[in-house]
Amino acid sequence: MTDTERAKLKDRIAVIAAWIVASLFFFPIFWMVLTSFKTELQAIAVPPLLVFDPTLENFSLIQDRTDYTKYAWNSVVTSMGGTALALLFSIPSAYAMAFNPSRRTKDILMWMLSTKMLPAVGVLMPIYLISQKLGLLDTKFVLVVIYAMINLPIIMLILFNYFREIPLEILEASRMDGTSTYNEITQIVMPLAWGGIASTALLSIVLCWNEAFWAINLTASDAGTLAALVASFSSPEGLFWAKLSAVSTLACAPIVVFGWLCQKQLVQGLTFGAVK
Amino acid sequence: MNPTLVRWLQAPSIIVLFLWMIVPLSLTVYFSTIRYHLLYPERSGFVGFSNYEYFWTDPSFMPALLNTLILVGSVLAISVVLGLAISILIDRPFRGRGIVRVMLISPFFIMPTVNALIWKNMMMNPIYGLFAVVATAFGVEPIDWLTQLPLLSVIIIVSWQWTPFAILIFMTSLQSQDQEQKEAATLDGAGFWVQFWNFTLPHMARPISIVLLIQMIFHLSIFAEIYVTTGGGPGVQSTNLTYLIFTQALQGFDIGVASAGGVFAIILANIVAIFLIRAVGKTLTV
Repeated sequence: MTDTERAKLKDRIAVIAAWIVASLFFFPIFWMVLTSFKTELQAIAVPPLLVFDPTLENFSLIQDRTDYTKYAWNSVVTSMGGTALALLFSIPSAYAMAFNPSRRTKDILMWMLSTKMLPAVGVLMPIYLISQKLGLLDTKFVLVVIYAMINLPIIMLILFNYFREIPLEILEASRMDGTSTYNEITQIVMPLAWGGIASTALLSIVLCWNEAFWAINLTASDAGTLAALVASFSSPEGLFWAKLSAVSTLACAPIVVFGWLCQKQLVQGLTFGAVK
Repeated sequence: MNPTLVRWLQAPSIIVLFLWMIVPLSLTVYFSTIRYHLLYPERSGFVGFSNYEYFWTDPSFMPALLNTLILVGSVLAISVVLGLAISILIDRPFRGRGIVRVMLISPFFIMPTVNALIWKNMMMNPIYGLFAVVATAFGVEPIDWLTQLPLLSVIIIVSWQWTPFAILIFMTSLQSQDQEQKEAATLDGAGFWVQFWNFTLPHMARPISIVLLIQMIFHLSIFAEIYVTTGGGPGVQSTNLTYLIFTQALQGFDIGVASAGGVFAIILANIVAIFLIRAVGKTLTV
């Protein structure tokens, strides 16, 4: 065998290995989706069924049994509400910091990131008791506020990095022409930063949607999100695998797609901008 | 922009985050020094460090601390080693690479409660789970994962979710590696391992340390994966610190002791956070 032949063979083995590893990682997800189309009996068949008559009954049954749409709506409201609130606070701040940095800007950003590292369990008791006192337990409002706060530092940092990439020359030129601050923001900066803001929002929605600690501890049947609904399947009722799979598939599908779309922001956001 | 406007634009974020940090934090510290039990509201008053003492001397504390360290350590080792190997494997372009990438990182987007329940039921169930089916097919006695090997089960579940995170970060950083240098080295006949030790690993040192620190922060507070699978048991075999504090607060109703545990968790997380903040600070250009 010549060297090129050997190199080619090695390449081919590497590609096959990559596919095998990827299939192993993806398998549980594939299996979950497959199980959601089985009947409960087929779901626990031994040996497991790969070929079967697919049924859609789980998807209609979970609506009757668990009020799926209510939980889905709660997830939509809390993740979008939290994201919107965080953007409302962070866009002006990130804008001001990026275009008028001072000596303290870096320290402020670092301090903001440090709040992200406060373990949730360390502040569970006060948050729980305050929510209880204010009558906010099991409301969407309390989750919106908490999700806004836990995502604010990440959103700040990503937006800051985006705004920094806008060339200052453009702004200086427009300021020379006497553009007002308001016009500067709406006509120049926002159109340039729009894509960045949208994908940052997407990342924040993904993080809120999957959040389980606060959802489990602060909500019950009224404001419970999908993460909390799925957690309730851990009780013996959870033996209904096909229905659990149907709920899980519906709960994860949109977010997995969102996740694929915002990979770049995800890398930046989750590494606090340290890996780009 | 004039400086006053800049200040006004910055203020809201800073103020809300400051409140979000300082109010709960000081309340937790305050609660940790008083007697505060939801079932016995008549008992109150300052108790000094006795809540801390109670938390530390609780027979569940040492196992929980040990479990936390084992859990964090194992998941870190698994996800970083596997993540590095896999991201190098798919670094070269090949047909279907896009699909392979998507398949590899998807587990990271699955919500933790779903992730844990898929594994608990469909993989690790001792009768119907796929692991049991495979074991039986090979004539091996299937094991009840969550009862017999609870901590290992949680480690597997969390690793499945977080190895994709490591892959995602490493994949991104590998792309910024100097390709010409690599090609030159290949032409000079440098083998895979020589290149790995001399070019790839030094290039990846930073992303690896960042991934280690970030995962450490997240893994110190793993909760949902334990909550829906083992419930911390059997006994306290898979209880970590977060779960122990959770059981003391919301199931034991002892706010004082749970707060003392919370302060402990905060201190532990901050030891890691200091290093992370430093590493991040180096890359931030202001």
